[in-house]
Amino acid sequence: MQLVLEKRAERSNVIALVSPLIAIGLTIVTMSILFAILKKNPISALGVYFIDPLTDSYSLQEIAVKATPLVMIAIGLSLCYLANAWNIGAEGQFLIGAVAGSWLAVKTQGTGAGPWVLPAMLLLGAAAGALYALIPAICKVKFGASEILTSLMLVYVADLFLDYLVRGPWRDPAGFNFPTTAEFDPVATVPILIDGGRLHLGAIIALLVVAAATVLLGRTIKGFEIRVVGAAPRAARFGGFNSNQLVLLTFAISGALAGLAGIIEVAGPIGHLQPGISPGYGFTAIIVAFLGRLNPVGILIAGLFLALTFIGGEQAQIAMKIPLDVTKVFQGILLFYVLACDSLILYRFRLIFPSRQVSRGAG
Amino acid sequence: MELAEAIILSVLAASTPLLIAATGELVTERSGVLNLGVEGMMIVGAACGFGGAWLTGSIIIGALCGMVAGTLLSLIFAGMTLGLAVNQVASGLALTILGIGLSGLIGAGFVGERITPAPHLHLPFLTDIPLVGRILFGEDAFVYLSLALVVGIWLFLYRTRAGLILRAVGDNHISAHALGYPVLRIRTLAVMFGGACAGLAGAYLPLAYTPFFIPGMTAGRGWIALALVVFSSWRPGRLVAGAYLFGAVTILQLHAQGAGIGIPSQFMSALPYLATVIVLVLISRARTGGSTAPAALGTVFVPDR
Repeated sequence: MQLVLEKRAERSNVIALVSPLIAIGLTIVTMSILFAILKKNPISALGVYFIDPLTDSYSLQEIAVKATPLVMIAIGLSLCYLANAWNIGAEGQFLIGAVAGSWLAVKTQGTGAGPWVLPAMLLLGAAAGALYALIPAICKVKFGASEILTSLMLVYVADLFLDYLVRGPWRDPAGFNFPTTAEFDPVATVPILIDGGRLHLGAIIALLVVAAATVLLGRTIKGFEIRVVGAAPRAARFGGFNSNQLVLLTFAISGALAGLAGIIEVAGPIGHLQPGISPGYGFTAIIVAFLGRLNPVGILIAGLFLALTFIGGEQAQIAMKIPLDVTKVFQGILLFYVLACDSLILYRFRLIFPSRQVSRGAG
Repeated sequence: MELAEAIILSVLAASTPLLIAATGELVTERSGVLNLGVEGMMIVGAACGFGGAWLTGSIIIGALCGMVAGTLLSLIFAGMTLGLAVNQVASGLALTILGIGLSGLIGAGFVGERITPAPHLHLPFLTDIPLVGRILFGEDAFVYLSLALVVGIWLFLYRTRAGLILRAVGDNHISAHALGYPVLRIRTLAVMFGGACAGLAGAYLPLAYTPFFIPGMTAGRGWIALALVVFSSWRPGRLVAGAYLFGAVTILQLHAQGAGIGIPSQFMSALPYLATVIVLVLISRARTGGSTAPAALGTVFVPDR
């Protein structure tokens, strides 16, 4: 008796619908075991992780704040992945966007510049992110260099560049030698939506991005081209679609969105440029993109869910002394389960009995 | 001359983890599987390797712990990509994310602890030869092991029947399957070998390179190892050259920082990563005529029954 994988005659729509839920369920079971190994009560730990943040308005706002960059980056990444272009350097594009926008904030500091500063910062951030993402894309289409490796290497470069700026030329002279710029002026800060809260304009921008991506993928020729190039490259060639151009386009869009998310994060919740502005948003967004099945609305839901794990992880650390790394383990396991369950959309398991087949063949 | 000797010694030490991890990945990729989780397997190997050595006081047990940890992680990857036919790029990323989290959990108890690093070889007379003595006869065991590993893998790939089958599986899994070779079993073994090597390479860092564990200490070395495999055109011999070249870049930028030549340290630290991008571009550009990559690299195989 043997368990084998075989291709389904056609994709299973039922599994496509329930697979993210199965994946989350399996992840929660695995996490319970991990909590038990860490000698924490699994039930109360899961409660702190997934239920407590949903019960007070501060945490709810905080979830939306964390989901904002995740959703924006993941939407861009989903376009890349649909077109079979592997941008995994969104973290670097996020940092470069933050740096480029901050440049204007630092330069206009205390000059009494008008309200044009923030929009200009957002544009700069998006443009810088797009340009930074175009480096691996151009290396890919011009020279055939693996975009996976080059985009990832540029994350380390961006991280070091930001570190240099805030320890060197942009360091706040009144900042007691901490590696940070001065707090941005009010005109260089993303407005808050609810007085006294943390929810900011970025959340609205993220929703607009989701809407734009839905239209792009569902209603435009370009969106169709992106999906065909990824799903059926041969058909796309016959259709005359330029796959190189689409690699450049999807990388530029995803870089722009990551860069925009970066400058919004710095000009919004953080308020100044410093090292460690991202707890790995660019990498977590990869999970968000897959958990949301590369679909804009799915990504919105997945982004909120993963933001919940960030907040839950922080609260679990405070309340139960559960290490923050548990959140990363959780995210990694979740991605594995999502990918595994997605496999069952196209394949199914079957038991085969070799002995019986042999006897039937002989008879 | 003292300085030159010290630089060469540190270049060899910096290159060794790259060489070990890249050799393992080369075998994996030669079987047609692209495992992007090298960084994750390395960092868990570093945590488990240090933990094993710290608890038992034995470097060898530490190295074995690292290898076992890397192999176990690679088995998850094999189950996903070979058992469930999942996209290899996405699974490799998942493995790295998981590995970084796991290493933090495992290593949390050891941060700040120190061990006695792996001893260096000392042969009477030979090691004391001026200039070349310490470089040739005064390394730690891992350095010799890594070179033996490359020679062994070269012999295996090009001089044994099993190596020929492995390459056949990596170039055309449908033909190999039709000839009756167990494609998925061969690939699983190749992935496990890659995992063991990545784990060992990770363990090298806290066991011999720096005698303590810090989270994230692999600092992208797993990704550089992946780039080295591309650089080598999937040939073990060129891997040695590539690994020592990258080791040299790493060490030279450290010395340049120490010498204080006026360039901000962050720019120097970025050099190995920038060098990787540049080398990838140059190599890929030189190869536009035809690819030397295993033909089936990264493609999913579900046997027809």
